Amino acid sequence: MDSDLSSQDRKDLDKFIKFFALKAVQVIVQARLGEKISTCSSSSPTGSDWFNLAIKDIPEVTHEAKKALAGQLPGIGRSMCVEISLKTSEGDSMELETWCLEMNEKCDKDIKVSYTVYNRLSLLLKSLLAITRVTPAYKLSRKQGHDYVILYRIYFGDVQLTGLGEGFQSVRVGVVGTPIGTITLSCAYRTNLALMSSRQFERTGPIMGIIIDHFVERPFTNMAHMHPCSYRYEGGTYAGIEDSQEVCTTSFSTSPPSQLYSSRLSYQTPALGTVDLCHPTACTAAAHPHQMVVPGKEGGVPQVPAQPNHGTAAEHGRVPSCPNGQSDSNFEVKTVFCDALETTFTRKVGAFVNKATTQVHPPPSPAPSSPLQGSLHSNSSSHSGGQPQDDFVMVDFKPAFSKDDLLPMDLGTFYKEFQNPPQLASLSIDVSAQSMAEDLDSLPEKLAIYEKNIDEFDAFVDTLQ
Amino acid sequence: MCVDISYTIMNCRSEVLEVSVEGRQVDEAMLAVLHTILLHRSTGKFHYKKEGTYSIGTVGTQDVDCDFIDFTFVRVSSDELDRVIRKAVAEFKDALGNSGSDGMGQISLEFYQKKKSRWPFSDECIPWEVWSIKVNVVNLANEQERQICREKVGEKLGEKVINIVEVINRHDYLPKMPTQSEVDNVFDTSLKDVQPYLYKITYQITDSLGTSVSTTMRRLIKDTLAL
Repeated sequence: MDSDLSSQDRKDLDKFIKFFALKAVQVIVQARLGEKISTCSSSSPTGSDWFNLAIKDIPEVTHEAKKALAGQLPGIGRSMCVEISLKTSEGDSMELETWCLEMNEKCDKDIKVSYTVYNRLSLLLKSLLAITRVTPAYKLSRKQGHDYVILYRIYFGDVQLTGLGEGFQSVRVGVVGTPIGTITLSCAYRTNLALMSSRQFERTGPIMGIIIDHFVERPFTNMAHMHPCSYRYEGGTYAGIEDSQEVCTTSFSTSPPSQLYSSRLSYQTPALGTVDLCHPTACTAAAHPHQMVVPGKEGGVPQVPAQPNHGTAAEHGRVPSCPNGQSDSNFEVKTVFCDALETTFTRKVGAFVNKATTQVHPPPSPAPSSPLQGSLHSNSSSHSGGQPQDDFVMVDFKPAFSKDDLLPMDLGTFYKEFQNPPQLASLSIDVSAQSMAEDLDSLPEKLAIYEKNIDEFDAFVDTLQ
Repeated sequence: MCVDISYTIMNCRSEVLEVSVEGRQVDEAMLAVLHTILLHRSTGKFHYKKEGTYSIGTVGTQDVDCDFIDFTFVRVSSDELDRVIRKAVAEFKDALGNSGSDGMGQISLEFYQKKKSRWPFSDECIPWEVWSIKVNVVNLANEQERQICREKVGEKLGEKVINIVEVINRHDYLPKMPTQSEVDNVFDTSLKDVQPYLYKITYQITDSLGTSVSTTMRRLIKDTLAL
């Protein structure tokens, strides 16, 4: 039992588990920011790099994680979970995956805490880095920005997987045995990415039956705790460094076990500046000082923040209240952000139209009426990046400059028909029914006519020059 | 098609992974797998102090997007290591292209320990983990097939990463942490920023009959001692 573990070992183990949990959360959230992450190797230990890995700490994420833990540690029956979900700009949301850090009762009494457990936790973090790029949510998060954002939520306690839909899959990242239990890290991810299957997009006729339920109470009551996977430098709110921030000075010994405790992992408060107010190195200059702009997307449209209960509240001039009853300083920052949101939504409506051709996917049609039609469909799907998941994002089609009535949406109907024009008669399958022989027969006649009119053609060409 | 095998012979763990890729995907697929393995088999630089203690440097990581595959992998932030691996993969790819075979080959990443022997015997290289990646190069007819292949190979590589992580996290044998005098028998200490376990990369090209024709063995490690 615990009495076999020295108090120093127990303290060390608790520290390792705590910082492993914090680092794991950082890895997961940073992997869903939508950009490539890059950190530098350093041959000399800096003292703040837990597990000998350069994983930057986004202060807000650390704060959320610590808040969720509330002074406790992941343990048997107390799991720490990071839930990743997607939220469209229309306010619809869907859980994509849940990462679980759990502990079971299987103990490994003989394992050395300060050496083996530490190194294995480091290995587990590396595995987490690798696996976070492999689950389906990674690709979705890399494409977030205009039409949807990725949110995260950290909670502590029982694992909740019901929001992942039917048939969700699970991948185990790894396990590390410790004297007090076995730590397991796994991810359960959604496979059914059909969002709102009841809202089928009709190919013909006006858009009907799509309820813009901005003010309906969200069914996901826990959405109030969601946070966007975007980095906001909340200047000064977290001060970057916690008073009790601990630093890990990694020092190991190759001496026999009896002397192992002589080189103890030491903990000291760092000098100011050793912990970076870091942000993903790949991020470009933000258009707004309080939010990260996703590069390459719509020329700098700010991300939609996590205000799920007030998805388009900005349209009605309401400043959303902040979830979680956060501190005043947080509220101020979020207020600033929400002002930007108003502008965002106003512009968004027009922007939607521009993106409509690549985002709006009609349901799979029956066998195409002509080979050309079929190839047009496949080209469009490949141009949209070849994402099989694209189909599920049903966006509401609101053409610019049109009235906000559901019926009749003349402009909307026009746009839809324009996107899906009827086949040109000359390209229809009937043409190919004409035999080759007939074509060839008519050629000499046509050539004779063209030769007769050659002067006209020349004159026409001259006018073009 | 992709049957992954794991077995142990003489305390050397052996893992076999198989991938089918298009010609232009060979480089990235190999890099993705090799770097994923090396990420787990590299530590920070050791700094030995007195009294047999040592500290470990920090390993940075970076995401790499593939151009011809819908896939992103994580590698250790070491340009030196990346160059070595890229060179090996490029040689393998050239050999695949030049062999005139049906495009089948195998690249192996072997982790080993050196065991010093007394004169006149040369040092032994004792492998403790071998990863073999069997590659089958396919030819595709049109752009649509290529697009599908991009996605499919991306998914397959994802499965390979999961397989690799599964093996690594079994926490099977790893060489004991060495003393300062022994560190070069366990780790490759030639890089300035990271320290992978001693490794070597070799490859074989298979001809259309399925036999190993060219025994081109390229040794791409430092510190190979031979008397």
